[in-house]
Amino acid sequence: MNIHEYQAKEILQNYGVTVQTGIVANTPDEALEAAKQVQANSGQSWVVIKSQIHAGGRGKGTIIGSEQHGVALAKNLDQAKEIAKNLLGNTLVTIQTGPKGKVVNKILVAEDVYYPGASEPKEYYMSVLLDRQTSQNVIIYTTEGGMDIEEVAEHTPEKIYKEWIDPLTGLTGFQARKIAYNLGLEGQANKEMVKFVMALYSAYVGTDSDMFEINPVLKTSDDRILAVDAKVSLDENALYRHKDLAELRDESEEDPTEVEAKKSNLNYVKLDGNVGCMVNGAGLAMATMDIIKLSGGEPANFLDVGGTANAQTVEAGFRIILSDPNVKAILINVFGGIVRCDRVAQGVVDAYKNIGNIPVPIIVRLQGTNAEEAKKLIDESGLKVFSAIQLKEAAELVKQVLS
Amino acid sequence: MSVLVNKNSKVIVQGFTGSEGTFHASQMIEYGTNVVGGVTPGKGGNMHLDRPVFNTVEEAVKKTDADVSIIFVPPAFAADAIMEAADAGIKVIVCITEGIPTRDMIATKAYIKKRDCILIGPNCPGVITPGEAKVGIMPGFVFKPGRVGIVSKSGTLTYEAADQIAKAGLGVSTAIGIGGDPIIGTPTREAVMMLMNDPETDAIVMIGEIGGNYEALAAEWIKENGTKPVVGFIAGQTAPAGRRMGHAGAIVGGKDDTAAAKMEIMRKCGITVAESPAEIGTAMAALLNASQA
Repeated sequence: MNIHEYQAKEILQNYGVTVQTGIVANTPDEALEAAKQVQANSGQSWVVIKSQIHAGGRGKGTIIGSEQHGVALAKNLDQAKEIAKNLLGNTLVTIQTGPKGKVVNKILVAEDVYYPGASEPKEYYMSVLLDRQTSQNVIIYTTEGGMDIEEVAEHTPEKIYKEWIDPLTGLTGFQARKIAYNLGLEGQANKEMVKFVMALYSAYVGTDSDMFEINPVLKTSDDRILAVDAKVSLDENALYRHKDLAELRDESEEDPTEVEAKKSNLNYVKLDGNVGCMVNGAGLAMATMDIIKLSGGEPANFLDVGGTANAQTVEAGFRIILSDPNVKAILINVFGGIVRCDRVAQGVVDAYKNIGNIPVPIIVRLQGTNAEEAKKLIDESGLKVFSAIQLKEAAELVKQVLS
Repeated sequence: MSVLVNKNSKVIVQGFTGSEGTFHASQMIEYGTNVVGGVTPGKGGNMHLDRPVFNTVEEAVKKTDADVSIIFVPPAFAADAIMEAADAGIKVIVCITEGIPTRDMIATKAYIKKRDCILIGPNCPGVITPGEAKVGIMPGFVFKPGRVGIVSKSGTLTYEAADQIAKAGLGVSTAIGIGGDPIIGTPTREAVMMLMNDPETDAIVMIGEIGGNYEALAAEWIKENGTKPVVGFIAGQTAPAGRRMGHAGAIVGGKDDTAAAKMEIMRKCGITVAESPAEIGTAMAALLNASQA
């Protein structure tokens, strides 16, 4: 589960990680008040206005129909209010949002941490995540802060360091010191970095996170170490033991159909294609999307109805798929094992009748337990439904209805 | 011989008396699996499905000589159940449970590494040696006995492959559902190695999906050490980056864990890649015919 930057920073602070602080605002007036407060707290006249959306690339991204970037520096209070006005309620398009962009509902008014001082400010990159190959957590870090890590990995892989964490000991002191020295830090900044890394790792473990990405980590001109941005993804499977974190979910950041599907216990991901699909099992669902593509269509969604493909789930699935106006056909692919195909077929027939007029052709492929009975049930229902038993037949039918 | 489980396996069920455990244990018994008992803390001393219930795995092993365990314990307690089985000396632990927190699995994987056992799963359909033992939740009738081994991250896609193999006139030696989580006990390469070393397996179907690099590691191993023909398929060619596709581990993070990248490396390593999931069975039949000609 993804959360906002301001929420991530609150979590980090609770674990003693130093961050670029700020105040959240929902309106330009709130932003103005926040800016005054931030000025007072930081002693700096400049503030940074940061759009709070679940996507990266905000600094380079722009608001649709204007030149306004998603993250902007305000040199005085008027500018702060002006930028807030430009952002709030408008749609920000970044490299990660896709062309539709995301509406900015909240902004973070943050302190300016790049102030001049005894030494030059310097940016680093640090993330904590699971390394699947070793089944251990790993801290990935580099001196190349503020850049896309995949690009650093491609062009200068030698600049990327990794520190694997033994689950028995957790992050050790010598590892944290190694990280600070590898980043080229001396004196006070080195000590601050050691503290920063230790606190960051305990926050990661303590919150059962999937991923922490701090980009950039900043050494300020007075040798403090700060998380300027924070991208945090929480392990959904562990939310049952973090009720407070579960409440950070922002449904407005998610596709409304996906939120709706979740309520019916359906695992649905909205895509941009023209053929909807409903499948039991995640692997088979992905494979069914591939079949659609190979048959000349594009999948409109991922939908796993799980092990309980009954009349209710089938009907809920139909309604969700049909709410997407791009859908020109629907492919239902169920491999009945424990689930009996004739029951699923009856579910399809009932759902079809309940919904009334389904305007697009439906292909139903039922294989496994009682597949023959299921096909007969569909064929004799008198509905505009094509039935298949073999996956190949289903693929052919998709081709047919699309042409 | 087959791998992992056979007709001599003595199987216990952890979470025996719960609804999932009860249902699938009776299905396994009906299939002919030698289920010798089960474990539900607090229900020890009772009989369930005509088999003894124990409070601990240790006791179950002492009394029944069990060497295989299948776990149907809720996600919050499943990692603990895996460690309990490993500690009690169970050799093959099959964990069906979906939704175990990653942090729990990191600790569990480190724990079982020090014990002499193999973990299959979690979040998997289990293992079946057709005609001998079903230690899982798969529909047994789909799997016909034969000499093709299956390794797969997905449940229903495994059934699909087994069905296509049967339709092609072939059968399955052992099918291993390794699971779709980011941390699993037996990754693709280790499962492929078992089947490669099994004298009763002539060929292997390897089914993967987006996310992680298990398939790439398996492909590289096969290139160096493979002695049997392999057909591969990767689900999720149309999956967008950054979105989780049902399985906790099925997410494209970078360019190396896309379906296209995995298929490419599999081809380079000499694996016959089925473009379409509808062609797994026919691809295997063609490959075996060609190797016999």
